[in-house]
Amino acid sequence: MINREGLHYTKEHEWLSIDGDIATVGITEYAAEKLGDIVFVDLPKVGSSTTYMKICGEIESTKSVGELYAPVDGEIVEVNDVVSGNPELVNHDPFGAGWLIKIRFTELPSLLTHAEYAALTGEG
Amino acid sequence: MTLRLGVMKSIPLRAKHEALGASFTDFGGWEMPVRYSSDLAEHHAVRENAGLFDISHMGEIFVEGKDAGAFLDYALVGAASEISIGRAKYSLICNQAGGIIDDLIVYRLGQNAYLIVTNASNREAVAASLEERSSSFDVVVTDASDEWALLAIQGPSSVGILSKITSAPLSELKYYAISEAMVCGVSCLLARTGYTGEDGFEIYIPVESAAKVFDEIIRAGSDQGLLPTGLACRDTLRLEAGMPLYGHEMNINVNPYQAGFGKVVRLDKPGEFIGKRALIEFSETNPEKVLVGIVGQGRRAARADYEVFVEGSDSAIGVVTSGALSPTLGFPVAMAYLGADFAQIDTPISVDIRGAKTPFTVVKLPFYKRTNKTKRTNSA
Repeated sequence: MINREGLHYTKEHEWLSIDGDIATVGITEYAAEKLGDIVFVDLPKVGSSTTYMKICGEIESTKSVGELYAPVDGEIVEVNDVVSGNPELVNHDPFGAGWLIKIRFTELPSLLTHAEYAALTGEG
Repeated sequence: MTLRLGVMKSIPLRAKHEALGASFTDFGGWEMPVRYSSDLAEHHAVRENAGLFDISHMGEIFVEGKDAGAFLDYALVGAASEISIGRAKYSLICNQAGGIIDDLIVYRLGQNAYLIVTNASNREAVAASLEERSSSFDVVVTDASDEWALLAIQGPSSVGILSKITSAPLSELKYYAISEAMVCGVSCLLARTGYTGEDGFEIYIPVESAAKVFDEIIRAGSDQGLLPTGLACRDTLRLEAGMPLYGHEMNINVNPYQAGFGKVVRLDKPGEFIGKRALIEFSETNPEKVLVGIVGQGRRAARADYEVFVEGSDSAIGVVTSGALSPTLGFPVAMAYLGADFAQIDTPISVDIRGAKTPFTVVKLPFYKRTNKTKRTNSA
């Protein structure tokens, strides 16, 4: 069970778990609930580079399309292929099995703490 | 023009939906349940068992009086005077230019009494048009929308569930028929109509008794797989069934022939009616753009407002009006207005899905048609 309070967050409703120079990235439960049932996830290729706050993937629900914004500058080192085949994992376990990408980053930008993100969404 | 200044109207049972876990969305100025748990689970519940929709935002306008039939023949494009008592017809109300003001269900309640059901967002426009058109007829037009709640129970288990709380002879109520009925002790209007492509009923209930009927249906359906269902699945259900949604497939600039509803226009009925001259002209010329169904592969949906192109070309031929990954079929389905030259079944086309030209094919509507699968009630 991941400790949500130890994660970093963006205003675009992504969470980051930092381990050395690798950031594991997913979308928050709040975002997954807002999107509704997720039916398609389009993730970047391993080896591609990411730019802070540039779109690097898409998350589609029956009702809408959500963009995945790169939360850091860096390079994609792994994507969650299980989620591509089972996009509902993002709804069921957004902070665990529903993680999306791992990025090797050069520098960590200013990110939100759990308390700041909770204040943003009005949820605990 | 009227500005709604961001104030959303609440349906009478809002608190009940909230207690059931609903999230809400603005639809036509109304705060409506969009889903309770999962769009997909709710969609499948309606296809396989049953769903209960609260669609109390829709408009109910009663037309009564000696000239009611003749008046509606003049005000709408169909022949309301030919509807048998206790039956219903899908119809349209057009302006003089032949543009669609709204699509409607017209129920004939008696010799001189009709119920017109409008989309929520067009209720005022329809009521105003009917009022204006009624001046030389002996009729009374009453917008009673605020006094009526409307619940829809839809899906193959609907008959079994409803039969637990009404003694009305449901098997005698045909598709597109309406009857007065007592439902759990409440005097209602019970119609076999819907907007999902499944068998089901729409129940018009006096507002003050709506909570009771809602609770009783939820209880009666609890062992039959019934779920409370929101607007998100209502949209994917009607899309699969090829049913138009005003504001998407229809608007004031679309005429019935473009939308595939030429047959609803009764040019052969006696006398004048609003829009007749323009509609005769539309009926005699091939429309430039027509509404078609298109299907794709994979899981990427073509959505409303995406542009459509000649296959493998930059030549634009139309626009998507509604689309989703079909929960029942598993592939993307959409409706689109295309140039008439590209509207033939099996024509390959491309849809621009956020920058990627994606292959689709024109198909016959609807995408989904139910087989006869009315379920028997599980005995307790």
